[in-house]
Amino acid sequence: MSYEAGNFDVVVIGAGHAGCEAGLAAARMGAKTLMITINLDMVAFMPCNPSIGGPAKGIVVREIDALGGEMGRNIDKTHIQMRMLNTGKGPAVRALRAQADKIDYQSEMKKVIEDTPNLTLLQGMVERLIVEDGVCVGVITKTGAVYRAKTVVITTGTYLRGEIILGELKYSSGPNNQQPSIKLSEHLEELGFELVRFKTGTPPRVNSHTIDYSKTEIQPGDETPRAFSYETTTFITDQLPCWLTYTNEKTHSLIDQNLHRSPMYSGMIKGTGPRYCPSIEDKVVRFNDKPRHQIFLEPEGRKTHEVYVQGLSTSLPEDVQQQLLRSIPGLENVQMMRSGYAIEYDAINPTQLWPTLETKVIKNLYTAGQINGTSGYEEAAGQGIMAGINAGLSALGKEPLILSRSDAYIGVLIDDLITKGTSEPYRLLTSRAEYRLLLRHDNADLRLTEIGHSIGLIPEDRYQRFLAKKDAVEAEKERLSTIRLKPSTEVQELIRSTGGSELKDGILAADLLKRPEMTYEHIEKLTPSEVELDQDIKEQVEIQVKYEGYIEKSLQQVERLKKMENKKIPENIDYDSISGLANEAKQNLKQIKPLSLAQASRISGVNPADISILLIYLEQGRIAKTSNL
Amino acid sequence: MEFDTIAAISTPMGEGAIAIVRLSGDDSIKIANQVFRSIGGKRLTEVPTHTIHYGHLIDPKNEQVIEEVMISVMKGPKTFTKEDVVEINCHGGIVSVNRVLQHVLSYGARLAEPGEFTKRAFLNGRIDLSQAEAVMDLIRAKTDRAMNVALGQMEGRLSKLIRGLRQEILEILAHVEVNIDYPEYDDVEEMTHKMLLEKAMYVRDELKKLLQTSQQGKILREGLSTVIVGRPNVGKSSLLNSLVQENKAIVTDIPGTTRDVIEEYVNVRGVPLRLLDTAGIRETEDIVERIGVEKSRQVLKEADLILLVLNYADKFTKEDENLFEAVKGMDVIVIVNKTDLTQQIDMDRVKELARDHKIVTTSLLEDRGVDELEEAISSLFFAGTIDAGDMTYLSNSRHIALIGQSLHTIEEAITGVEMGTPIDIVQIDITRTWELLGEVIGESVHESLIDQLFSQFCLGK
Repeated sequence: MSYEAGNFDVVVIGAGHAGCEAGLAAARMGAKTLMITINLDMVAFMPCNPSIGGPAKGIVVREIDALGGEMGRNIDKTHIQMRMLNTGKGPAVRALRAQADKIDYQSEMKKVIEDTPNLTLLQGMVERLIVEDGVCVGVITKTGAVYRAKTVVITTGTYLRGEIILGELKYSSGPNNQQPSIKLSEHLEELGFELVRFKTGTPPRVNSHTIDYSKTEIQPGDETPRAFSYETTTFITDQLPCWLTYTNEKTHSLIDQNLHRSPMYSGMIKGTGPRYCPSIEDKVVRFNDKPRHQIFLEPEGRKTHEVYVQGLSTSLPEDVQQQLLRSIPGLENVQMMRSGYAIEYDAINPTQLWPTLETKVIKNLYTAGQINGTSGYEEAAGQGIMAGINAGLSALGKEPLILSRSDAYIGVLIDDLITKGTSEPYRLLTSRAEYRLLLRHDNADLRLTEIGHSIGLIPEDRYQRFLAKKDAVEAEKERLSTIRLKPSTEVQELIRSTGGSELKDGILAADLLKRPEMTYEHIEKLTPSEVELDQDIKEQVEIQVKYEGYIEKSLQQVERLKKMENKKIPENIDYDSISGLANEAKQNLKQIKPLSLAQASRISGVNPADISILLIYLEQGRIAKTSNL
Repeated sequence: MEFDTIAAISTPMGEGAIAIVRLSGDDSIKIANQVFRSIGGKRLTEVPTHTIHYGHLIDPKNEQVIEEVMISVMKGPKTFTKEDVVEINCHGGIVSVNRVLQHVLSYGARLAEPGEFTKRAFLNGRIDLSQAEAVMDLIRAKTDRAMNVALGQMEGRLSKLIRGLRQEILEILAHVEVNIDYPEYDDVEEMTHKMLLEKAMYVRDELKKLLQTSQQGKILREGLSTVIVGRPNVGKSSLLNSLVQENKAIVTDIPGTTRDVIEEYVNVRGVPLRLLDTAGIRETEDIVERIGVEKSRQVLKEADLILLVLNYADKFTKEDENLFEAVKGMDVIVIVNKTDLTQQIDMDRVKELARDHKIVTTSLLEDRGVDELEEAISSLFFAGTIDAGDMTYLSNSRHIALIGQSLHTIEEAITGVEMGTPIDIVQIDITRTWELLGEVIGESVHESLIDQLFSQFCLGK
């Protein structure tokens, strides 16, 4: 029996990292939104490592923040440690990473959701979608509740037909022994979706009281207070350290001896696992010349003594995990509180999606997160906010929002997924971005706040603060490029002290700043700004001036690509009728249905000649149309 | 206009005395103007449209002359592409025309894709709509042909070299990436400027060598540059004549009558030779002759093959010994001529100095030993280091241009390192080098970097 339970603009299935951002974005934009999740205690749950950010991922968190999302603000309120990584490298690859208090993170996020107007949070298991003439118009839960909606977002994580594998044991389950979602997966198949089977895993957790930390190395957080959100003004100063230890010969020989009991090698696991997140048994087998592997001990929160054993992801049987742990220095007497496991789940082939994350199979249906073949909280949240935005925009009758590869890592992520697909759980890496000098963590606000404001996710007061910062950066850059420094004693002395070569002539302050040994601080000493500038403004000026040449080069590349992005391909194009296209190109173009020539050029098997031919074909149509008028 | 400026060689390669490098696009006149000095001091940006100008192509950095050229300036829309078009007429021959192309590419033009001029002509409305199909076919055909050339080389030495080099670069990239994406990973050394510089310089040197390999295009299109050396009157010109079978050089009994370098082309059993006869190599007071001698030494240095001629009927001299010294380390065939006369030369001494080099005895007067000499030349070429399979490559200016650009980007990377620019930024230029080399062999898939990352390093939480 079913019953009518309510009408919404947007229904979001799932409340993990993708679901939370999707629900919040849609509701904040003014769409009446419902979030349904199997277990309300699992909102924003972190089933694996207790950390957020890191290279590429940390930049995504800032991008989410600049668009008006929640992940950055939430981790700023709930972390136990924060570190800036890659500080010795260029500005493009610096990245913030936080160790989360998992429990705080969840409860804080849940509270924000409950406090958000237009947003209803509900426990329930969606089993079917209501689809009329290829358009999704609502969902039905296990208990028969029918929720009508203009658009629906699915963010099911690893719940779809999830199966936990632990040694010889295999059972139907979502992450952390939650109820899996089985009927929805079958229903998606019925609707015509192509599903793939992926695998991921998590390491055991141990009791902090039973760790001998004296045998490990301390890994403290940064002393400088840091935050992900551009809006965060209060910082957590009381931080907890992580600890580093290593596996050894004994650990490795234990793995060798028990390999026959590993579901990875016995053939029990069929799903494709991610290369960047290998299990310890994988690492030992594939890199057997390595005498040791790093193991980081990461606290899961302030109100728990559970410790996450990073580096020991495994699906070996429980008794073997126990032995492995105890072979590691510092863990000789450790008590394992939860064992590690592998989990297999269904995902859809993401080439079935448009760049808006709407599915090509069913209209008004969007998907985000692990269901799209990704892995990682940040990747999920980044897609979540975009799916939420587009589901919201569509429900409100507005134009969609698509971020390009030069706008954001989120743009890179989505474009990769929908254009190239993925054969393993997808993780963002800095190397996936061709314009990473433009996609820095320090300028995410400059890149995206405007967009966030235009779709109603950035409130006016925050927008004004942003504009003021932007103006201040421009003004200071302008000042430095007009002030000429003479080779005075003071100037020469400062240059000498930095090991640079002395001036022969006067030099523009901006040009002096471009020298590798110079920083904004040095320039400031010689020619201070009249107004007091915030640290982030100084940093921005320094980066923009110092790397101007390289940034300019990247911008030119983007400009060239924009022309290709602007050449739109109509949805009804008949690739079969275009003579000259290579067969492989035809096949792939028909499957991916690219929206622009630029996207077409990124599809595998489509070469530059195919693009030229396509361009001529499109122009021919355009010219023909104009001349018919 | 919405297109960037492209350039390509628009005349068939290696044939004809004149070759044309064509530019099309908004900046074509500006780019040409930067690298051209007209004899009358005219600026190309100021000349009327559809005019032709004589002058020199120069390197604006030092005003050094690169080529003597004629440049046509044609402003759009009355051009083939409807865009501003510049045509640089230069000397034919693969080396000079590629040098011109390379030069305009390094001053802002982009290498045209196959069929791109025609494509633009179409897109700019120059070609009738009904011809669209034909344009598409042309692009397909030209691309396929270019690909066939590339595929033809897949087994060749050159493509192997490029693959090797790309792998080398890929490992650098993966190393840098692993430092960025896994900053806490303790097994990988942090890539330092010093390490990067070493590796980048290695790549640069290899690319330079590769470009020199491309100079072998000269060998195949223009012939293996072959120098005949020997004391005066040992029969150098007779040898030349015998190979050419035509009286091009002056033959006399008086030492030193062949004063200048004389060139002749000849095909010896499938090996194209460009024969250079030289004045006798010896110290002389005769001023006219000295010019000839100095030029000879220069020519010697640039030669691919040396034919060293000795006199069978004369004693082995100090001068002969000096000649052996001068051609040390080069590809040499020793010819002992005049076997029709009584032997005076010490053959043991000749064998001792010749070491591994082939020795052929001839009597050019009686036309003896020439067959044996030709056989020696051909076997040296086909069995030697010069791989005949590279022939296809060498006619492909597109590849030469791409390798030239790769060299340019790796040099920029080196400059970046020397300036102390952060490695992850310098990497932009290294990645570009990798991509450009990929275009040569038709591979530019980014995913392989990620594959490299995970096969080279043990990563992950």
